[in-house]
Amino acid sequence: MTDAARTTPDIALPDAKVAGKASGQKRKGFEVGSFPGLKTWTWVFFIYLYAPIVVLVVYSFNANNRAQKWTGFSTSWYAKAFSNDDIQSATINTLIVASAATVLATAMALLAALALARGGRFKGSTASLGLISLPLIVPEIATAVATLSFFVVIGIQFGLLTLIIAHTVFCIPFAFLPIRARLEGMDDTLEQAAMDLYASRWKAFRYVTFPLLLPGIVAGAMLSFIISVDDFIISLMVAGAGSTTLPLYIYGMIRVGISPEVNVISTVMLLISLVFITAYWLLTRGDDHTVH
Amino acid sequence: MKQVMKLAAASTVALGLAVSPATAAGELFLYNWTDYIDNTITDKFTKDTGIKVTLDTYDSNETLLAKLKSGATGYDLAVPSQNFVDIMIKEGMLIEVDVKSMPNYKHVADAFKKPSWDPEQKYSSPYQMGTTSYAVKKGSGAGQCASLKEFFEPNAAAKGKVGVFKTPEEVVNLAHIYLGQNFCTEKTDDLKAVQSLLQGQKSSVKVFSSEGTMDRLGDGVTLVSNAWNGDAMKRRLKDDTIQYCFPKEGVVGWFDSLVIPKGAKNVENAKTFMNWLMAPENMALLSNFANYANAIVGSDKYMTKDMASSPEVQVPSVPVKFGKSCGPKYTKAIDKIWTKLLQ
Amino acid sequence: MAVGAEQTRRTWWLLSPALLTVGFFMVLPMVILLVFSFMEADPYGGVDPGFTVEAYVQLLFERDFDDTLAYTGIYLGIIWRSIALALVATVGSLILGFPVAYYIARQNTRTQNLLLFLVTLPFWTNLLIRTYAWILILSTDGVIEQPLKAIGFLDGTLDMMYSNGAIAIGLIYTYLPLMVLPIYASMEKLDFRLIEAASDLYAGRYRVFREVIVPLSTPGIVAGCILVFVPSLGAFVAPDLLGGGRKLMLGSLIHLQFASSRNWPFGAAIAMCLLAIVMIALMLQARSSARRRAMEVA
Repeated sequence: MTDAARTTPDIALPDAKVAGKASGQKRKGFEVGSFPGLKTWTWVFFIYLYAPIVVLVVYSFNANNRAQKWTGFSTSWYAKAFSNDDIQSATINTLIVASAATVLATAMALLAALALARGGRFKGSTASLGLISLPLIVPEIATAVATLSFFVVIGIQFGLLTLIIAHTVFCIPFAFLPIRARLEGMDDTLEQAAMDLYASRWKAFRYVTFPLLLPGIVAGAMLSFIISVDDFIISLMVAGAGSTTLPLYIYGMIRVGISPEVNVISTVMLLISLVFITAYWLLTRGDDHTVH
Repeated sequence: MKQVMKLAAASTVALGLAVSPATAAGELFLYNWTDYIDNTITDKFTKDTGIKVTLDTYDSNETLLAKLKSGATGYDLAVPSQNFVDIMIKEGMLIEVDVKSMPNYKHVADAFKKPSWDPEQKYSSPYQMGTTSYAVKKGSGAGQCASLKEFFEPNAAAKGKVGVFKTPEEVVNLAHIYLGQNFCTEKTDDLKAVQSLLQGQKSSVKVFSSEGTMDRLGDGVTLVSNAWNGDAMKRRLKDDTIQYCFPKEGVVGWFDSLVIPKGAKNVENAKTFMNWLMAPENMALLSNFANYANAIVGSDKYMTKDMASSPEVQVPSVPVKFGKSCGPKYTKAIDKIWTKLLQ
Repeated sequence: MAVGAEQTRRTWWLLSPALLTVGFFMVLPMVILLVFSFMEADPYGGVDPGFTVEAYVQLLFERDFDDTLAYTGIYLGIIWRSIALALVATVGSLILGFPVAYYIARQNTRTQNLLLFLVTLPFWTNLLIRTYAWILILSTDGVIEQPLKAIGFLDGTLDMMYSNGAIAIGLIYTYLPLMVLPIYASMEKLDFRLIEAASDLYAGRYRVFREVIVPLSTPGIVAGCILVFVPSLGAFVAPDLLGGGRKLMLGSLIHLQFASSRNWPFGAAIAMCLLAIVMIALMLQARSSARRRAMEVA
């Protein structure tokens, strides 16, 4: 999924206010410009969007061992998947990589966002912004082979470390965008006032800016986490012995064929994504400012 | 906000769990073909030795070589076929282990004690052996296992229903057999003939994949498919709707070995596994799962009835030709043919 | 705000971790990839020293088995297929997504937010998993075929898997939200009084659609098309899992060169082509938005 998200610096975030709330007026009852079938079409659209997900979840409860034939309800595949050692170690790897990449990326993104939002306009600010968003623009497969080549040149052994490095890089813009959006929405007079009172820049940040910024930071961190957990193509290229992540494990199983165990892992991963994204959505909902 | 904090805390705990020390006797990172080992074998190994096995899988010798070459090191054991063992030795990618000195080496059948790819058995110990050919869906009219023609020049019933392996090595060798050519031929005419044969076959191909092939055949997604004998047997035992073919022109033979790639972190554990697997009862366990023959004397005592009577394992009187490692010129030509084929 | 030298220095300090990380682990790798594309291929993987443009020559010409050069359309064919499939995905998403964006833009703010959230939600779940779901649906005896067979509507199979159509469905499904969001964004700003006025003047619905709604939402359409087109072009998962490996696309071709084909320089050269196409697409978008801005000013 990230290879898509990557090209969308300003629109793909699940931020409902992408367009700003230019016009809050109610348009209910507005009949001019309506077209027949518009509502039906929208229904079709959402069915297309959600049907595969429903199928996936339903079939994770299939009793049959060949996933696409429905033979009865069963939770046995859940028991089987949860007791599978390989799945457990893949889950642990995924969490290690995602946690590390999230912490690193969010920290760097926070500093960068503070610099760009509070540093005023300076020579190189546009270029810096471009560089930070670069991982969003380059197609993921190109990033993957470039990273692979780089690691080969410096002669590093593939494993969790290479995965963490690669993930940190592409997580930076995802952590950066919500933080910057939040910062731009914040009035800096409070901060200025605080600085006048306390005199220390650090204290002003610690006690004024940071608490106000926290929702943005958490949102950025969650976005990074989910992007890292879901990454496949880059991981495929730079993973080594014992660093198989969940998407890589799933890929290994899908290549062989359809299995209810894949549905189980998929359903669990879906749930995790949903929880995170819903939390993200709720967190940023109050933000009137957008990610531009 | 509080929930978010909880989530953060949960992942921190997970992180903490993850860095807790591994099992005392250590671990073993095994890089193996998909569906070539399962936990009945690795669990027994862990029970016998205390060493924990972590498995990653690949779909072809080519992928294995590419992965190891690209720096995906750290695997303690890999399972290449004979020609790739040869390449890996020549490329200096393997650690010397001296298999001959291992206690269980005495169980290896004499015929396999001086393999041409590693005559001194410095690097490799036996894993499994088998053949590459094709299989047909019974009663579909796609073929009677008479000739490789059924695979390369499929009849009307099989049109658009052919499954072919994803990587060229074994497919091209089968083509050489069908066309009566030598393996590794660098003759322009031979290569052109292979190319036009595969191009002609492509219009009938449903899918290029080396995994899940027999399930696709059994389910009728394909009617003729590239196959390894053990894979085909596994599916036949399930519902007896497919037949593995020994066509009159012959089949490709292969012999897979365990090797220790450079960069391995647990060399001693890898050696322990090599030795452990050469014990007849353990090798039999592997053959019972993978459904391939092996080179260990006495393992047949522990094998299932199915294995003893398997028509897939007993090769009838057709030629079996083993693939060799070929020169760079040939390798490049084949790669070109393959890329052109998949374009 | 006047920017003092001290502040500038602090700004750069704060920026440096992120910039250095992206620079060192993203820009430098790209440069290495560019260098690799001019090196010789090691037949067993990796590169051998020595400068050569062979990888680029290979894009257009093939060395026959006896080493003579001849023009070949193979790779142009693959590039063309990738562009064509990416275009199909783009147009498909446009047709599917445009009316929905319009519908959403006409709801009240609350409903808008909810619908937009629902549009983006699947996008944040794993790409592999979403593609896998389509295998369940399209495969022989899958979710579509089973009920059709049960009611006697279908005998045999529809053969939907492993085709260009399956790849296109997968691509559209994957990138659809990227089409809806920007179109919605441009329509959200659209002044619906214009439509009202137009309806009063022209009366015809479809004329309003053609002459008012479409022109006014053009920026969103252009952005959406770019956002769907670019990642579709480099797609790897959909052709691999839904296409059955029969039809290479740029993404799978690059992966193949670094995996089983072991021709790194060639893979690097194709990656450079992919980047070039992406840059061209982005430049076109930048130009069109610049032109629009100029027109707005005028």
